[in-house]
Amino acid sequence: MQGEAGIASRSSPLGKDTAYWGMVLLPAVFLATLYLVPVISVMVRSVTEPTLGLDNYAVILENKAIRNVLGKTVYICAVTTALTLLFGYATAYAMCRMPEREQRLMFFLVILSFWISVLIRTFAWIAVLQPQGLLNDILIGIGIIDRPLRLVRNDLGVIIGMVHYMLPYAILPLFANMKTIDPTLVPAARALGASPRKAFMTVFLPLSLPGLAGASILVLIFSSGFYITPALLGGGKVVMIAEYISVQMSETLKWGLATSLATVLMLVVLALTIAMSRYMDIGDTGKKT
Amino acid sequence: MSRIVAWMTTCFLVLPILIVIPVSFTPKRYLSMPEGEWSLRHYEVLISGGWLSSIGDSLLVAICSALLALAMGTLFAVGHWRLNNGVTRNLRLLLLLPMIVPPIVHAVAFYQAWSILDLLDTYFGLILVHTMKALPFVVLSVTASLVNLDPRLEQASRSLGASARQTLFYILLPQVRPGMLAGGIFAFITSWDEIIVAIFITSRAVYTLPKRIWDGLFDNVDPAIAALGTIMIILTAIGLLIKDRYEKAQKT
Repeated sequence: MQGEAGIASRSSPLGKDTAYWGMVLLPAVFLATLYLVPVISVMVRSVTEPTLGLDNYAVILENKAIRNVLGKTVYICAVTTALTLLFGYATAYAMCRMPEREQRLMFFLVILSFWISVLIRTFAWIAVLQPQGLLNDILIGIGIIDRPLRLVRNDLGVIIGMVHYMLPYAILPLFANMKTIDPTLVPAARALGASPRKAFMTVFLPLSLPGLAGASILVLIFSSGFYITPALLGGGKVVMIAEYISVQMSETLKWGLATSLATVLMLVVLALTIAMSRYMDIGDTGKKT
Repeated sequence: MSRIVAWMTTCFLVLPILIVIPVSFTPKRYLSMPEGEWSLRHYEVLISGGWLSSIGDSLLVAICSALLALAMGTLFAVGHWRLNNGVTRNLRLLLLLPMIVPPIVHAVAFYQAWSILDLLDTYFGLILVHTMKALPFVVLSVTASLVNLDPRLEQASRSLGASARQTLFYILLPQVRPGMLAGGIFAFITSWDEIIVAIFITSRAVYTLPKRIWDGLFDNVDPAIAALGTIMIILTAIGLLIKDRYEKAQKT
């Protein structure tokens, strides 16, 4: 069908394609000038400031403080991704097998949390986790603990906040992917004598792996560049790469460092995106065969 | 078994957000629960304090950037659908880039670029950035609604003498209306909630709602944010319910 349109436009006298080229080029030029140029100039600045060369990248590799930030980022992203996918997969799996009304209710609640702004959600977690917050009040009130638990300004608080934000990004694609798996396959395996566990492990899980891989990479991508929640729940004690970059921009004014870290982050995310596009369709609907 | 985990997870997702509701009624000036005493003072602050002007700023920027993104994104999606060759496919990757690049990188890039172009702390500067960030969503959304459109409709229209412009407006756009609506909403929300770039390229003249919330979260966690959050939860829930009813009605 797409081939037909192409052929028709080339050989038929029916109007040139100039109008359509105009439609395509206008937004492209807009982005190329106002978007690409600034983004590329970040990369350029990383190798020209303060001096020409790869000094900034050498600093990233050698400086202990920066290596700590990078290590912390990797650690928190890995834990967040693992927890998110664990609970997200279980949720999506259960949703597939629920009666329709229950499924719709759960879907509504997941989407509701998805649409609430990250600032409101982080605010809510501060209210729940802070030393004088709801959770500590309840635990102290019941008598389980005497002094408040430290749930903010540490890794735990950041991870909780991040998992909370990422869960819908895992549940929704996983659910969409699981829905495409033939629902008669697992019952067929059971009928052939497989235990529920075996049926799941040998039939369902392998079929859901592409969706799982895609969702994992998506969560990893979002986690690595995350700024708001780690900055607020980390309280300055847990610093991830995005916050570190922002400090270079607003306080220390080390533009060479800021741009080089931004470049590293961007390249990592681009690599992950390319990996993800092998498992998930980033909307390339025009190419489906 | 997975069902229990699923409901535990769902509670984990929803219940913490609901805490903003009681917090919004606290009589105290700081983040606390209303122990017996309920007060509407934080809701009053929303009206009398500077919050309304921030809501206005955010609305202005969101509406303008959504419209711009909608116009350009739809044009691109239609053009790419019609031409669909190597060049347009690569250009499409360019159009999707703002969705892929991490927001902090955008902040660095536009802080640099806008200070050179003297666009810092201007409505126009922020609208430009938000438009660019919203474009991928419009392109994806409109493209999705074009997938099942028969290209021969377009050919038929052209062969009957309609110009490209007429074809666009009378044949194609009505088809992609659902995609444009969804894309437009996504574009609006993208701008309405955008915080990271706003932190760096705006300061006093432009004071969007997320920026005001962010500042409020740092100095002294202001319960007015809880009032705001409560309103947003209610509006979002209503919006989703309306969407549900609308989709159900569409099916019959």
